[in-house]
Amino acid sequence: MKYSVFSLLKSTLSGHKKWPPAWRDPQPKKDYDVIIIGGGGHGLATAYYLAKVHGISNVAVLEKSWLGSGNVGRNTTIIRSNYMLPGNNPFYEWSMKLWEGLEQDFNFNAMVSQRGVLNLCHSDPQRDAFARRGNAMRIDGVDAELLDTEAVRDMYPFLDFNNARFPIKGGILQRRGGTVRHDAVAWGYARGADSRGVDIIQNCEVTGIKTVKGKVAGVQTNRGFIGCKKLGLAAAGNSSEVAAMAGLKLPIESHVLQAFVSEGLKPYIDGVVTFGAGHFYVSQSDKGGLVFGGDIDGYNSYARRGNLPMVEHVIEAGVAMIPGLARVRVLRSWGGVMDMSMDGSPIIDKTSIDGLYLNAGWCYGGFKATPASGWCFAHTIANNEPHKLNAAYRLDRFRRGYMIDEKGQGATPNLH
Amino acid sequence: MTGFRLAKGGLVDRSTALNFQFDGKVFSGLAGDTLASALIANDVHLMGRSFKYHRPRGVISAGSSEPNALVELREGPRKEANTRATMIELYDGLVAKSQNRWPSLDLDVGALNSIVSAMFVAGFYYKTFMWPKSFWEKIYEPIIRKAAGLGVASKEADPDKYEKAYAHCDLMVVGSGPTGLMAALAAARSGARVILADESAALGGSLLNENEEIGGQSGGDWAAGVIAELASMSNVTLMPRTTIFGWYDDNIFGAVERVNDHVLEPSPYEPRQRYWRIMAKRAVMAAGAEERPIVFGGNDVPGVMLAFAMRTYANRYAAAAGKSVVVFTNNNSGYRTARDMKAHGVHVEAIIDSRKESLADASGVRVLRGGMITNVTGGKRVTGVELADHRGISCDAVAMSGGWSPIVNLMYHRGAKPKWDERIAGFVPTNVGEAFVAAGSAAGKMLLSECLADGARAGTLKGKTPAIPKCRDEAFAVTPLWWVKGSAGKAFVDYQNDSTAKDLPLAAQEGYRDIELAKRYTTAGMATDQGKLGNVNAIAILAEATGRTMDQVGTTTFRPYYTPVSFGAIAGPFVGHHFQPVRKTPLHEWAEEQGAVFVETGLWMRSSWFPQKREDWLASASREVLATRERVGLCDVSTLGKIDVQGNDAAEFLNRLYCNTFSTLDVGKARYGLMLREDGIVFDDGTTSRLAADHFLMTTTTANAARVMSHMEFCHQAHWHDLDVQYVSVTEQWAQMAIAGPKARTTLQKIVDGATLDDASFPYLAAKEISILGGMTARLFRISFSGEHAYELAVPADYGNMVARSIMQAGEEFGITPYGIEALSIMRIEKGHVAGGELNGTTTAGDLGLGKMMSSKKDYIGRMMAAREGLMDKNRQSVVGIRPSDARDKIRAGSHLLKKDDAPSMAADQGYISSVAWSPMLNMWLGLALLANGRERHGEVVKIFDGVRNIHMYGVICDPMHYDRENKKLHV
Amino acid sequence: MRINCPHCGTRPVEEFTFNGDASVQRPASNDPKTMDQWFDYVYLRDNPKGRFDEYVHHSSGCRAWLVVTRDTQTHEVFGVVTARDHAKKRVKA
Repeated sequence: MKYSVFSLLKSTLSGHKKWPPAWRDPQPKKDYDVIIIGGGGHGLATAYYLAKVHGISNVAVLEKSWLGSGNVGRNTTIIRSNYMLPGNNPFYEWSMKLWEGLEQDFNFNAMVSQRGVLNLCHSDPQRDAFARRGNAMRIDGVDAELLDTEAVRDMYPFLDFNNARFPIKGGILQRRGGTVRHDAVAWGYARGADSRGVDIIQNCEVTGIKTVKGKVAGVQTNRGFIGCKKLGLAAAGNSSEVAAMAGLKLPIESHVLQAFVSEGLKPYIDGVVTFGAGHFYVSQSDKGGLVFGGDIDGYNSYARRGNLPMVEHVIEAGVAMIPGLARVRVLRSWGGVMDMSMDGSPIIDKTSIDGLYLNAGWCYGGFKATPASGWCFAHTIANNEPHKLNAAYRLDRFRRGYMIDEKGQGATPNLH
Repeated sequence: MTGFRLAKGGLVDRSTALNFQFDGKVFSGLAGDTLASALIANDVHLMGRSFKYHRPRGVISAGSSEPNALVELREGPRKEANTRATMIELYDGLVAKSQNRWPSLDLDVGALNSIVSAMFVAGFYYKTFMWPKSFWEKIYEPIIRKAAGLGVASKEADPDKYEKAYAHCDLMVVGSGPTGLMAALAAARSGARVILADESAALGGSLLNENEEIGGQSGGDWAAGVIAELASMSNVTLMPRTTIFGWYDDNIFGAVERVNDHVLEPSPYEPRQRYWRIMAKRAVMAAGAEERPIVFGGNDVPGVMLAFAMRTYANRYAAAAGKSVVVFTNNNSGYRTARDMKAHGVHVEAIIDSRKESLADASGVRVLRGGMITNVTGGKRVTGVELADHRGISCDAVAMSGGWSPIVNLMYHRGAKPKWDERIAGFVPTNVGEAFVAAGSAAGKMLLSECLADGARAGTLKGKTPAIPKCRDEAFAVTPLWWVKGSAGKAFVDYQNDSTAKDLPLAAQEGYRDIELAKRYTTAGMATDQGKLGNVNAIAILAEATGRTMDQVGTTTFRPYYTPVSFGAIAGPFVGHHFQPVRKTPLHEWAEEQGAVFVETGLWMRSSWFPQKREDWLASASREVLATRERVGLCDVSTLGKIDVQGNDAAEFLNRLYCNTFSTLDVGKARYGLMLREDGIVFDDGTTSRLAADHFLMTTTTANAARVMSHMEFCHQAHWHDLDVQYVSVTEQWAQMAIAGPKARTTLQKIVDGATLDDASFPYLAAKEISILGGMTARLFRISFSGEHAYELAVPADYGNMVARSIMQAGEEFGITPYGIEALSIMRIEKGHVAGGELNGTTTAGDLGLGKMMSSKKDYIGRMMAAREGLMDKNRQSVVGIRPSDARDKIRAGSHLLKKDDAPSMAADQGYISSVAWSPMLNMWLGLALLANGRERHGEVVKIFDGVRNIHMYGVICDPMHYDRENKKLHV
Repeated sequence: MRINCPHCGTRPVEEFTFNGDASVQRPASNDPKTMDQWFDYVYLRDNPKGRFDEYVHHSSGCRAWLVVTRDTQTHEVFGVVTARDHAKKRVKA
């Protein structure tokens, strides 16, 4: 059933008894053309675009838990395309363009809301770096504005302009940046993929990858063996574990990143604002909670929870940026497990095993990439060759020395 | 009974009346009241509006799980949104306002939502608001955002203070009811260090609210005796008003103590709240159990509340929830309420017991067994109930009890899940290790005698368990009733979020069968109580809708914070100007005397420029440059990292750390060094001097000082532990100043003892210990960042200001001028020296024009990876000089570069300008840039793209060294 | 989380800085033929779920680099040695 105000009215009259399931709950078939491991945002988007763009619908998405239970269900919902380096910027801008038409495309209101992303700067070198970034965006037609202190004050007069340890000297604004209702992204892609014939199989954990003569043959799961011609890994957070089933070792470490939400408030902050003198960024959800986060805890972890030192650091930075927050209360915190890569950028590529494809290494930037990641991964799987948008995200870039290091931190995953 | 204040009983102080305001109306309460109890005593039940439908709402609970009675407390910068009226201790002058209503609580336009609520089922917004596309940000979302949210938060800085504190103990007890008191007593008597924490203002837990009998006295009196004993023991810390909000690794608990939330304003010497990290060897969860609502039509009409809450208001606060009440229960708790209310003189119309059979003592109150309430009548206050058999009963309050849930949230903050216990119809804790155990009703032991015994057991760390006092038990018997199916009107599962019983089966019907999906789709459990009241009902309704057991559906994930915690408490004092410490250099005082303007550089405050009269930064910096290049200048360079390296293998150590060689450096000489990361990218640079065969002094950039030190320690300890070398950061120990310019030598000569600073005895790159000012030991380095004949002089930190003043005095006759980092930056850009803009963590030695420094004769960090194809690619961006084609133009850092005739695009991008300066020497703006294959392109005209400032021009690529290319001035 | 530093005793986690897998070892040779070993050392990680040896710097304490054996799922710390002792042991092995 198409979702619309008319179908909603009609269903209201019949007591909402006729809404069909948004996706089926199928038994796994014996084999598929393509299996995607990971029923999160990227995996579901990949299946959706495989079916929609490439006409490949004999596809299964295997999710070990519930649909969207990974990082698509535990992020801070921000979308932006304010990247600096040539390998990144066109890819993220393509993602932004897909976001801009996504809801109509998959017929699901994911509340894509372009209320702006503002990064604050607190020193001249930081402003120069923002100018460099902004110009890298503008040179390719992406929107970016460099703001001075007064322009920032006009937007957000309640930031600390009076007593700050690191005075606000301006910022860079991408008005097309914003937020999206994260769970709805998983649901919209799942529903769109399912309606095109993709089997979404929840509670199906992959325990082994079978290859025959260097070629993928299928996967062992807790629900039996499932054969496939091509296998895509989209299990960020657990990429190393899954890749190890195929004998691959990755340039990735898993780290925990905490995020937080406050109690619901009447409109407080309109767009996304990031602090430039500490690890803190914040936006307000349509429900009223301030959604915020900071840096990873810093130690390798597969636990979806962190510890108090980073909680304190994030909240200190929050009050340093917005003094009025002191009497606001934080409601809940959680943790997600990040694939921290060795240059801070992702991998979407073929692998040394025929028919095995890798989508990994998203660090804490995977959510905004969801549409383009799925789109490019689908292209890579369908054509056995990366699209030019993901051509820089090759796995061999580390060996060859073509890293994409926005932060300039080198092979130190916890600093990206 | 006068009004709704009971004539007798309660723990309120009837001699102390307190005035307070709610929604502008003045009321009177008593000391010991909460805001909720005081309002109830004043017959005010309408305290808030719900989130989605704006339904009128009254208080449901008497504790921290309250989802409805949330108010804006205080005004101005102290205003706080969403404060639970049930947890606000009344004080004189309290001002509170209701929330989420317009124009008033009584008449709320948002309540119109209720009329179209049939459409607003779970997930409706995912299905609509998509057309036309542009309407979302402009029309729909602003309306939704305005309607959503709860209270209005202050945007002003909080005038109150907060503290952080740390505590260690052998046993921490969470909750001070019968279980917690016995646990604390058992541990304390054995001499253990005990912390007893409770979120309430008064210790005693349920014993303060219930009619119990322990050891021949009332529960309250028994508790008072135990608390007095605990208070007298030096090994016990009692922490009332303290919520343990989270359990973290290594049995560390986060807690917040509300030190002064119960007063109008904290004294200036005390914090409002104190954040605690408690390191407990062992902890006992003794927080008791939470009563659950029943899901039935109108279960949210003001006047409907939990049975436990109703009797708590009567027993503890002497406030009657009504004059005529009905009790709806599926367990014995309802009977207790009926008996207590009756004893207080409140008329109890009937107990509606959903069970067909029950042995509980109704104390003469009419019991309707097998009864169900299908609807509650009344809008802003209960007027009666309708039963499944269509009977109606008039009343003005309803007590409900749907059973009890052990309060064990904290125990699941580290990933474990509870299991369903049919016997008590609640989720009970599974084993999460010996360091954190549940006891009493938190562990599913629902009788008072069990609680006392279990608490004593859990608190006994060594020795004998204390004797368990005798007590009277109220039988515990429950038969689940989750949802009254034939309900008329809305039956709420999650009050605040307006999730109804019908939303959950609809979610399941649409495929959101997993409890986590159903939660996200319906928002049940996502309100400020985090599902404390509603989650078990939601799980049960979903279980039934999907044909699963409670365990198969399971709970959602428990996470911090047990109750919401203010940002202020967690931030503590580290806010505003105290967010990070300030580092001042040893020359700070001197720079202040000279009128320096300081700038934040990391944690340092560096002197940026020294304006005279009304100079702006550029005029000042230009004057400083001219003075230095023409005469002599003095600059504070103390922030550079300084590391003293000693040992037989010191030279070998440096050889391995730097890409160039230090073992060949002569004693008494300095050398520029370049350090790579192991991935072959440049890490840091600086000069290192050899003070003796086995003694070096390294310098690092200001930004990387700490990282370089850590890196050295890592390399030594993890890779080359056999090297005989010791090193220590001496950044803080030395004040260091640059004396630069044609008159630098003459100036310095005046303060140097004995020695002559001629080129023979002190040539370029000399580095020696000298004596100055009649006997002070100093180190002098003839090195130059400015390109002038220059020295850096290092003296013990405490002498810094004095020496700087002496040099100023010595140079006065030559017109010595202090210069700041702006002038320093101009001079280094004129000279083409790389700094932060170029050492940005992505450049190679080759990119910086320093490729020849990389030795091929030794192993060093980064050597192998630097040889990768991508790091040798000739199209890499390398450092060049750049000037505007029209010398009147101003170039700006961050501009990108394009070939002269190319249109802007990422594909055509050639690089960017990394550093710019106005050159007073060349009278134009000039800069350094990173340009693809830049070294081959000197002389090329490029397009300078500055889209963010919308300024575009042409520029000419040139050698990075803009000024004095022959380095003549070094040797003036 | 707390770590029992061999020099300082049990200290809170914010005193420490983490630097990843301690099972990797810097190759001894600069022969271009060892490039694969170097690549493995600098870039590839086992990233285990469970028991893990990692380099940890007591950066706000005694400044010793440690090798901590810790579970990456539960964060339980099983043992701590100095990086120096770890390296010595590795040489012997």
